[in-house]
Amino acid sequence: MTTLAAGSPSRGSKEGRGVATIAHIALIIWSLLVILPLLWTLLSSFKSTQEVLGNPLSLPGKLHFENYANAWTTAGIGRYFLNTVIVVGTALVLVMVLGAMCAYVLARFTFPGNRLIYYSMLAGLTFPVFLAIVPLFFVLKNLSLLNTLPGLIMTYVAFALPFTVFFLHSFFKALPGEIYEAAQIDGAGEWRSFFSVMLPMAKPGMASVAIFNFLGLWNQFLLPVALNTDSDNYVLSQGMASFASQAGYAVDFGALFAAVIITVAPVLVVYIIFQRQLQVSVTQGGVK
Amino acid sequence: MTTTHEAVPGEGPQQRTVTRRRRPLTFDRVSFMVVFLGLPLTVFVIFVASPFVQALYYSLTDWSGFSSGMNFVGLDNYVKLFNDDIFLKAVRNNVLLAIVVPIVTIVLSLTLATLVTIGGSGTGTVRGLKNAGFYRIISFFPYVIPAIVIGLIWAQVFTPTSGILDAVLNQIGLTGFKDFAWLGDARTAMPASMFVMIWGAVGFYMVLFIAAIRGIDPEVFEAARIDGAGRFRTATRITVPLIRDNVQTAYIYLGIAALDAFVYMQALNPGGGPQNSTLVMPQQLFTTAFSKGQFGYSTAMGVVLAAVTMLFALIVFTVNALTGGRDPRKAKVRR
Repeated sequence: MTTLAAGSPSRGSKEGRGVATIAHIALIIWSLLVILPLLWTLLSSFKSTQEVLGNPLSLPGKLHFENYANAWTTAGIGRYFLNTVIVVGTALVLVMVLGAMCAYVLARFTFPGNRLIYYSMLAGLTFPVFLAIVPLFFVLKNLSLLNTLPGLIMTYVAFALPFTVFFLHSFFKALPGEIYEAAQIDGAGEWRSFFSVMLPMAKPGMASVAIFNFLGLWNQFLLPVALNTDSDNYVLSQGMASFASQAGYAVDFGALFAAVIITVAPVLVVYIIFQRQLQVSVTQGGVK
Repeated sequence: MTTTHEAVPGEGPQQRTVTRRRRPLTFDRVSFMVVFLGLPLTVFVIFVASPFVQALYYSLTDWSGFSSGMNFVGLDNYVKLFNDDIFLKAVRNNVLLAIVVPIVTIVLSLTLATLVTIGGSGTGTVRGLKNAGFYRIISFFPYVIPAIVIGLIWAQVFTPTSGILDAVLNQIGLTGFKDFAWLGDARTAMPASMFVMIWGAVGFYMVLFIAAIRGIDPEVFEAARIDGAGRFRTATRITVPLIRDNVQTAYIYLGIAALDAFVYMQALNPGGGPQNSTLVMPQQLFTTAFSKGQFGYSTAMGVVLAAVTMLFALIVFTVNALTGGRDPRKAKVRR
């Protein structure tokens, strides 16, 4: 800081330095407020249950790695993790494909009903899912998809679809038409034009939406809690909630904290690696 | 709105209008339209559109799901709702959340974003803070943590005796808070829950506002500096008006999230908190539907929730317009 201001000792530099100091202090306080609860959780995940219930400020006497094993197997976090990977992975691929297809057609073809479909999607994005949850329960029940992973996957796809279409619509709209024309003249059909020419050009948009969708689906809570009540099929978010509500009685607090770390750590690591890309995506997604 | 979906078949007779020019109707083209439009629309209509439309009808029935009887009762459910003290309490809690959480979150995230972008020292151009990237990365952490886990972590932090909050307060001399149950006391349960929601949201909106402020033409800041405006004046008189529409968007997102609040409240106080002080509409809806099986009644709650949400968005738009909101087309974030 000092080197920056040293060249010109005017009124402004003093004020600037003061402001910068205050700014650093405020930001450090906030950063601590974010990090400390997470650090405390990490520490507690290595404590025995007695230690957890003892002094919360103490360090663990020895590192109880068995908490992680207990969380993974006994509490079923391993299974929930696997279910989540299956459900979110499949739903993500499906919604990206279906969303890109739908957005492409809506953005680049004119036909009667185009606007109507587009605005219906927009409406689907606006209404709270809670309005649909009870009828949705019976839709799945009638299709024999209730409490099954495929049922959950289809619901995830359907509710992520409006956002995906909405976001990619503007992306496909902005693509240059000449390249499409050229592909058509070269004899490529509609299918080929899309998969070999147009879709690759939309890659940056696809990446942004995929990241946004991944986080949204990974964190989804209401849909699984309402539509996926068989504990063998639990996904992480609902598994965590049920584990926590049981822990009040059965009490394996060390394992509860370990389960939190297991849930948070992978996403946090991926975030730190890809943080620049992620923040760009999120700002794009958030502003639209 | 959603009522018209079902009139839209997955694929229409569009041979005349495929793209701008008239094109021959080949197998390639027809199969393309059928699959590309039909598949996504089928999924959308079955799982999103039709449940929304059905909800409107269910809310007018006394349906209790598993029994076969579903009688049309008109607006009875709604009348009952407006005499249901617990539900009204939940509505009030949601409204309170929708007022407090967005305002505090926006003030906090806007302040932090301003500090990061124009808090830097130096006399040349207005510059960002050193280590800004570090603060941004840390602040954004909560966004990648599932909301349910955020709730669970803070529920542990707030726990009396074994939670770290009471221990820290005790350590710094505030012994009055020894064994204080933040989530178990009707006076503090709601503020504590609000704090958790704000904690989870600030980082995301901070990043959003940083992008918005970076999108402002640097010459604007330069001109303000030459005119002798201090940093505080620059922030309040220049930054905020210029990113006004981002603030409006943020307010609507946050308000909608606060009118939901289901995940956080389920993690912090699944039962609605002491004296229902943190009970929210979605929780009441969920219990009424999936524990009590009163599907008609719970769907009416969903309609009220949707109506409140729409009303909220409308109010925000109106207030923003009346207080001199700018042309929305001009205020896109640029990067």
